[in-house]
Amino acid sequence: MPRERGIAIGAAMKARVFITLKPGVLDPQGKAIHHALEGLGFSGVNDVRAGKLIELDLADGTKDSDIEDMCRKLLANTVIENFRIERSADA
Amino acid sequence: MKTAVIVFPGSNCDRDLAVALEQVTGRAPAMVWHQESELPDGTGFIGLPGGFSYGDYLRSGAMAARSPIIRAVVDAANRGVPVLGVCNGFQVLTEAGLLPGALMRNAGLNFVSRPVPLIVENSQSIFTCGYQAGETIRIPVAHHDGNFQADAATLDRLEDRGRVALRYADEVNGSARRIAGILNDAGNVLGLMPHPERAIEPAHGSTDGRRLFEGLLEAVA
Repeated sequence: MPRERGIAIGAAMKARVFITLKPGVLDPQGKAIHHALEGLGFSGVNDVRAGKLIELDLADGTKDSDIEDMCRKLLANTVIENFRIERSADA
Repeated sequence: MKTAVIVFPGSNCDRDLAVALEQVTGRAPAMVWHQESELPDGTGFIGLPGGFSYGDYLRSGAMAARSPIIRAVVDAANRGVPVLGVCNGFQVLTEAGLLPGALMRNAGLNFVSRPVPLIVENSQSIFTCGYQAGETIRIPVAHHDGNFQADAATLDRLEDRGRVALRYADEVNGSARRIAGILNDAGNVLGLMPHPERAIEPAHGSTDGRRLFEGLLEAVA
């Protein structure tokens, strides 16, 4: 399928968005994972926090501010979550 | 009163809410699909039903809160139209920014589905004027993500301004201060995890939910 001119050139832009619960926000899932690890005999775990990783495949030229906008408007709920964006040029 | 129930893909209490509204108001609500961008003219009440809109993907209520109809719901709420969000509807209201806080996974990780005793904290709102302050009522809950959380300052503000409408009498899901339902500052938006539309007829085991709709009808008539 022919791509539109100007979009296919260059490496695909990828971004990874890490979404984590803010410190102090109760994480029942992290707690359950912690208990399960202890049940398996892993004794050295002090705490477990569960989060999300969202991978974005982006058009060239997508600005950091656009990705931040995506995070604030949908990907993270900033009432309870923090986000961190990691960009890379390869797949 | 002309009422509307918003229907999202994955809503499953929309018809229960419609039946409750029709029984109490004598008029069937307009069922409004989430892709619509306008509410019917003269809509005097909007209900956001329970269910699993968009399969609870990303976060419960997150997708639904960004659907086209929500812009119209927010506009209507800002004009003072009463808006009730039940269960997933409550989650949508917080995600849409009409109510503060967030609804997280139940502290015990279990899906909780049973009738629960609730204490009416504020009987002055249009939604709770059918109850006495301090009264204990029984309404079913059915949720996995009902654990209401907000920062301490927000919780204090909710308490101080009488915006905690309902509180669980017993521990149910880990909610901060056992909060079951909250009002917005203007008092025309209520979000609650319990399902009043499932306590309408004696056959439901309780008619305490009916009094919410009857009180509302009387308050806005």
